[in-house]
Amino acid sequence: MPLVFEWLWLPRLTRGLWVTLQLTGACMGIGALLGLLLALARVYTRGPVYWIASLYVQFFRGTPLLVQLMIIHFGLPSAGIVLPAFVSGLLAMALNTAAYQAEYFRGAIQSVKAGQMLAARSLGLSAWQAICRIILPQALRLVIPPWSNELVYMLKYSTIVYMVGVADLLGEARNIAARNFRFLELYIVAALFYLALVLLLTVAQRVIERQLRIPGLGVPRERP
Amino acid sequence: MAPLLRTEDVHKRYGKEEVLRGVSMCLEPGETKVIIGPSGTGKSTLLRCINRLTEPDRGRIWLEEQEVTARKASINRLRADIGFVFQDFNLFTHLTSLENVRLGPLRVRRLGRPQANRTALEALAQVGLSDKTKSYPAELSGGQQQRVAIARALAMHPKLILFDEPTSALDPELIGEVLEVMVRLAKSGMTMLVVSHEMGFARSVADEIIFMEHGVIVEQGPPSRMFKAPTQARTGEFLRKISELYGEAD
Repeated sequence: MPLVFEWLWLPRLTRGLWVTLQLTGACMGIGALLGLLLALARVYTRGPVYWIASLYVQFFRGTPLLVQLMIIHFGLPSAGIVLPAFVSGLLAMALNTAAYQAEYFRGAIQSVKAGQMLAARSLGLSAWQAICRIILPQALRLVIPPWSNELVYMLKYSTIVYMVGVADLLGEARNIAARNFRFLELYIVAALFYLALVLLLTVAQRVIERQLRIPGLGVPRERP
Repeated sequence: MAPLLRTEDVHKRYGKEEVLRGVSMCLEPGETKVIIGPSGTGKSTLLRCINRLTEPDRGRIWLEEQEVTARKASINRLRADIGFVFQDFNLFTHLTSLENVRLGPLRVRRLGRPQANRTALEALAQVGLSDKTKSYPAELSGGQQQRVAIARALAMHPKLILFDEPTSALDPELIGEVLEVMVRLAKSGMTMLVVSHEMGFARSVADEIIFMEHGVIVEQGPPSRMFKAPTQARTGEFLRKISELYGEAD
């Protein structure tokens, strides 16, 4: 078997890796903001706001990410909206993960005990103050594990952007292999890159969780 | 003197069940009244209506000359003046004792941080927990948690404090420390409305006992008369029953 790690690949793969990281990071950030708003709408509002938020979540969780990407990148141009491939990819990923994150946030908010809100309001805090100072600090700690799962998912799902021609990690691997025909080696190297990233994120999650841990909040870690 | 708290014909219905069927009562400054009665007779609902954690369907409530039930009442400002102590404490899980007690003075009263700290530390000292300022609720016993909750109410310098069965979630050996704090508060002139079946507490500090059943006040009067010569047969029956359960009032 020829040398797997030819040094010539690394700069290009690193460039692809950077694109993957940008896509994942940005979509998780946007998704967190949008998802949190959706969750608050679903928990604390009624009427049209609630229905719009629910419809959004249903639609983006109920259709494949790839279809959403196709609509945005190849469908929207018929409506006169042409987006660069990277932007299409990011938009699809962000809109999609927002729906999933909305559900994680909603679950976390609802698992904060009802008495917390009552106690906050009984002190004279406004509903918004109570949400920001009492509910969210607890809910955001509870949401760390499912949110990290979502992060790992999105990191891996970001590979779909190569369908619209974005040269992410997988895209670069494929481009290189298309010239030197070492598909096996390159795809394995790409896989190892993803694996390393996922492991890194898992460790980061543990550290953050431990840093933010408060006695009595969340599930105690069991030690057999 | 004008009453500090007055309720007039308060009604509340949950679906088909009418929990409060016209409750009128008042509380003078410095008074302590204890509400007793079988479970499900609207005692807790009445307390929650007073600071509108529950919206009454009908009737009016005043805190001094301000109408709590007025459509335009600034309810957050009124709630700041009405302390509330819950049965299951409801301390903020993610905050230490000090942070729990400081939150109101800091964010509602908008005192500066140093002054909010001072107020909170004073309140914690009042309930005898100066050594637990850095503990999280989960690190405290039930009795300690309830004392922090009382401190949290005290730190707002409220005009009155509502206690909703403050000791009924506690192990028997922890009830004493909470009652002790409440007795001291009552004797220091705090205005208190207490839903509780602790007859010892009622007898030693209550100015009046209010007996509620089926959403109405059946009878009210000073403990001495209520225990010795209740005018309603139901009152005597109920007092006998809880005295058996909770021990004689002494």
